[in-house]
Formats: sequence, C-alpha cells, structure tokens
Amino acid sequence: MNKSKAVKLRFCEWGMIIFREDHFMEKAIRRYWPIFVLPTLAAFSVGFIYPFVQGLYLSFCKFTTIKKSTFIGFGNYAYAITDADFWHSFWFTALFTVVSTVLINVIAFAIALALTKEIKGSNFFRTVFFMPNLIGGIVLGYIWQILINCVLSIAEKPLLALDATYGFIGLTILMCWQQIGYMMIIYIAGLQSIPDDYIEAAKIDGATSGQILFRIKIPNVMPSITICSFLTITNGFKLFDQNLALTGGEPAHASEMLALNIYNTFYSRTGPQWKGYGQAKAVIFCIMVILISMIQLKFTKSKEVQQ
Amino acid sequence: MKRKKVLALGLIAMMSAMTFAGCGSSASKDGAGDSASADGASGKVYYLNFKPEADEAWQKIAKQYTEETGVPVTVITAASGTYEETLSSEIVKDEAPTLFQVNGPVGLANWADYCYDLKDSSLYNELTSDSFALYNDDAVAGIAYVIESYGIITNTKLLEEAGYTTDDIQSFDDLKKVAEDITARSSELGFSAFTSAGMDGSSDWRFKTHLANLPIYFEYQDKGIDSTDAIEGKYLDNYKAIWDLYINNSTCKPADLAGKTGDDAENEFVEGKAVFFQNGSWEYANLTDKGMTDDELAMIPIYIGAGDEKNQGLCTGTENFWCVNSEASEEDIQATIDFLTWMVTSEAGTKMLSEQIGVIPFKKAADTTNLFVLNDRAYTEAGKTPVSWNFTTMPSEEWKNGVGSALTAYAAGTGSWDDVVSAFVDGWASEYAASH
Repeated sequence: MNKSKAVKLRFCEWGMIIFREDHFMEKAIRRYWPIFVLPTLAAFSVGFIYPFVQGLYLSFCKFTTIKKSTFIGFGNYAYAITDADFWHSFWFTALFTVVSTVLINVIAFAIALALTKEIKGSNFFRTVFFMPNLIGGIVLGYIWQILINCVLSIAEKPLLALDATYGFIGLTILMCWQQIGYMMIIYIAGLQSIPDDYIEAAKIDGATSGQILFRIKIPNVMPSITICSFLTITNGFKLFDQNLALTGGEPAHASEMLALNIYNTFYSRTGPQWKGYGQAKAVIFCIMVILISMIQLKFTKSKEVQQ
Repeated sequence: MKRKKVLALGLIAMMSAMTFAGCGSSASKDGAGDSASADGASGKVYYLNFKPEADEAWQKIAKQYTEETGVPVTVITAASGTYEETLSSEIVKDEAPTLFQVNGPVGLANWADYCYDLKDSSLYNELTSDSFALYNDDAVAGIAYVIESYGIITNTKLLEEAGYTTDDIQSFDDLKKVAEDITARSSELGFSAFTSAGMDGSSDWRFKTHLANLPIYFEYQDKGIDSTDAIEGKYLDNYKAIWDLYINNSTCKPADLAGKTGDDAENEFVEGKAVFFQNGSWEYANLTDKGMTDDELAMIPIYIGAGDEKNQGLCTGTENFWCVNSEASEEDIQATIDFLTWMVTSEAGTKMLSEQIGVIPFKKAADTTNLFVLNDRAYTEAGKTPVSWNFTTMPSEEWKNGVGSALTAYAAGTGSWDDVVSAFVDGWASEYAASH
C-alpha cells in the first residue's frame, strides 16, 4: 500500500484525532514540537502530577485539610484493606465493569456494522445513537431513576433503592444507553478505514459474510477495539455520577461502587482519620485502574494487525 | 506558507486555552472583592455561605455593607449538599474564607482548629442567650445565627372539611384517630392524611434526622443528658408508631416511598392532596410562593406518645453556627466580626436576616412574618416546652444513612423493624466509636 496514503489513527482519552501524514505538517511538528507539548505538559503537571504526588503523601497522613496533616505511616492502608464495604464495592465494581464492557462493545459494534451498510437515513441514526452521550451523568442518573422506579412500581417489585440487583441492572442499562453511541462512532471510523479492495478481494475468493466479519473486519478494527475496551473498562471502574444519582449506594452500601465508597469514606463521618482512610483507598483504587487498563491494553494491542 | 503558520499558531492558542480553561475557578465571585486595594482598608471579609436559597440576599447585603463602610465583602455559596467539600478546599487557599459555618458539635469536630474564640467579641454580646453559642471547651467556637422550628404543617381548610380543627389534636392518640379517620374516608374526601414520606435523598432527612430527633430528645430528657456515646432506644416503639402512621395514611403505598422526593411531598401538600406535611419554618416561603395563604396553614407539634404531650411544643433549635477563621489575618478577623455585628444590629442587616433566614437569636432582631415562627412563639407563650434539636449530636452522616436505609426497607416490606432498631442503637455505638 502507498505509505503516504496510509491513515494512522491516534487516540487520546477524550476523543480521537485523525490526520493524514503530510510532509509539511511533519516538518512543522518536528521543528515546533515544544510549542505543542509544553502548554499541555505544564497544565498536566499542575493539574495532575503535583496533586497526585501530594495525594500519595496524604494517604500516609491523618488530616482535616491538606495543610494540617500528620504523618502516620501505613495505618490508613491497613484500615482500607480490611474494610469489608470497600471489598464489597470492589467486587460489585469489577462485576459491573465486566458486564458493561462486554455489552457496550458488542452492541456498539453491531450497530456500527449495521450503520456502515448503505441504508437510508444512516446518518440520522448515527446522530440519534450518539445523543445520549451528550447528557451529563447526574442528569441521566435521575432520569433513569424515575423511569426504572416507575416500571418497578407498576410491576410491584422493590424499587432501586431497596434491591441491589435491580440497582446493578439499572446501572448497566444506563451505562449501555449512554456509551453505546460513543463507541459506535469509533467503530464506524474503524470500519470505514478498511480499504474496500480487501473486502472485494475476499468476496471474489468466495468468502462468506461471516468469514469477512471475523477474518477481515474484526482484525482490521483491532485498534478501535483497543481504544473502546480501554474507555469502557476505565469508565466502568471510575463510575461515580451515575452511581450517586441512580442508587446512591442504597440499600445500605450494597450498590456502592469504588469511587462512591471513597467519597463516602471521606465525607460521611467527622474526624481527621477518615480523610486519611479515604485517601489510602483512593491510591489503591488508582493503582488498580492503572494495572487493569495496562493489562487490557497489552492484550488487545497484541492482536492488532498492520494494514 | 504564511497561512499554515497562522493556522499552527491558532491551534496552539486553542490548545492552551482549552487546557487552562479547566483550571479556572467555577465559583461565582461577587465583584466586591476586587476593590480590596482601592481604599487600603484594613481588612476584608469572605463568607462561605451554606444556604443556597439565601445567596441573592447575601450578595445584596454584602454590596450594601461595602458601600457604607468601604470594607470589601465577598460571599460565595457552596452548591447544595457540598459545603464540607467546598470548605475543605477553600480553607487552604491563600484567600481563605474568613467566615464559615459548622452544623453543631459533631460538625465542629472537623473544624475546631480553625475556629477563632469569639468570647470577647462584640458579636457574642449581642446574643440573647448563652445557649445559642457553640462551645469548644471554654472557647466560643460558633455563634448560632438562626433559630428554626419544625413540626407537622397542617392544611387547616382540609382538616375542617374532614370535620376537625387543630385543637382536636393534642396528643399522638388524637393525631392517630384523625389520620386514620381521614384514610378511611379518603376516597369520599378526595385527600389523604399525610403527604408521601419520601426517602429519596432530597427528603429522607425529614425522617432519619428530624423525626429521629424525638426519640432521642425524650431519652435525653429522662436521663438528664445532652449527648451520649450509646443510645438505649427507649422510645423506639414510639418512633415506630409515628412512622407507621406516616406511611400507612399517606398519598402513596409504602413500597413507593423509596423513590419519592421532597418536591413530591411539597406539591402534594400545595395541591391539597394531603392534610399533614412534616417540615419546618424554612418551608414557609416555598408554600406561600406557591399560593398558600396564612389562613389555611398552621404548624402543630409532632406527638409520638412520649413525655408530657399536653405541654409539648414545636421542635425548635438551630444547627447553623457562624465561625470565624482563626487562621485569617488579625485585620480580616476584626473586619469579619465587625461585619457580623453590623448584620445583627443594623436595621438593614437584621431585616435581611429575619426575612430571608428566619428568627435570629440576637437582641436587636427585626420582627418576622413567618407564620410557623409565630406558631412557635404562640406555643411557647402558652407555656409549652419546645423540643430541642438533638440531632446535632447524632454521631455521623453514616449513622443517619443507616437509619434511613433501614426505615426505607421497613416501609417497603423488604426489611424488618429490628433492622431499624439495630441501625439506631448498635449503629450509634459503632459510629460514635468510629468518629472519636
């Protein structure tokens, strides 16, 4: 394939940038890279690295505010890893992440496949599927709470705040509804970047549509699968707004996910020790998210093919 | 070539703008702070306000004070339910709040280090009684700035339609009789006894905190104490009785309460779907704004069948205490105390507080038109004893949430009353231990 025509996909967490390699741009970037990198790097240091290091330090402290802290060593971690609620929320979160990642990606990919076929109004449908993503998590949480509670009430079943199973199902439905559209857009971009000649050649060779899907389309959209599964896994683990609004962790912490558990540790009791416990949990949480997403990236990256 | 350069520069500018925009402060600052250096005044005031409903009034009065005295006053209001978070982050800034608030002794535990001792201040001398100060050992850490009452808000017109007046309700037994009679005839009358006792986060505090105050109050009274590390739960049967009355004589079935909000209950009351609505004097403005008038409203005590019901008044007290930041500079501390003293002595200040906040416990308080406050005054004048606010001694938010969850589950039938008792009694002991 002609190298200058090759399309490279680069992703970052909040979106994706597609750009054609262009001789002029390449030269300009080589010369001016500090101007591109430095503002972001500065903001990243101020907004992320510095607070992160400080947060790491505070996890070894007893504190009310970040200025009044006393170093106490590993006590906070000892509490965090023996807290039953924390482990309950960990397993609840893990299960939720697995279920939502599988559902969101399978459905989003299926819709993307359907909408890359030449059907009337596919642009309209793409917009419609993407729209839920534009609504904030808290608002979505409350809207779905009303909807689901109404259905449960008619069905004479316990409401969301009374039963963690319904809370779990509710959260899954909500996240699917919100994220499928976003992932769908990424999959559509991936599917459209597969050169037509591949598929044409396969058809001529007599491949079935199943074979085309599994042998050509899926291997070629592996970069999209990498980024989508990365986004859904981390979104699942970090979920906070939707959890707070939809179930609030009820009944009695049973539907509480990790981020909400950390928040509640911080704010639902007074006394300086609780901030430290929360901070230690937050550090553990951060390490967990990083580890899990690294493993996932490594795994899906290894399946990517070179076009 | 030139165009590309311009494009590149434009992109850089956009990127920088985007990355730095996130760092900007989202809190809305009043312009008053900007004039700090203009007159070289000796101090300034920064108030982190707790009550979003009073934000506009605070902004206005701050501006007026600045115009009169030249002292800059900045008022920032924390979003509803995020006061602790906002205070935690604001107080470590270089321009920290000079004035903030805590919610009673349990809230003070977090902030005692930051509370300036107000014992010798002019503000403390303006209090009508020592009991409105919040003490940290001997130091005056906080000053109560509003006295509120809660009880059962009654739609007297509907009550008359059902054949009763508020005079017929003098005890729990009376209340039960009236409520159950209304329930029995509700399809004929067209309304229910109680508004929905919603257990959504916007409404559950009415029951897990305010209603729970009553069994705690009567236990404290019996024992002659004003706080405890372990509650016995002596009056929990009464708590069950009033809760049963609320949920079984309501506008909706008990199983639906888990999803009902504060707005639901308020709307049901305003629309005349129920006679009784447990809430407080702060609700007066909401009800009158929605068209209710004084001649159809009254607040009656929450009877639970404990203590001397004949002489029981409304639940009256405070959980809002002003604290001055001891870490602020001396000039700022003085400016803050001066500002507060002006607020509680000047005509403009007391008028604003009485109209927007409620009754203030200061010698020069302006009179109020809040009907529920007047109800409270009438009860006290008739020799009835107000029920004090003891929920400020509840061990933690976590305790309240535990009781709330158990109440919700009990109402829906997915939990038993024993769970409520356990959350109330055992939860108290474990939460007290966890917070100390």
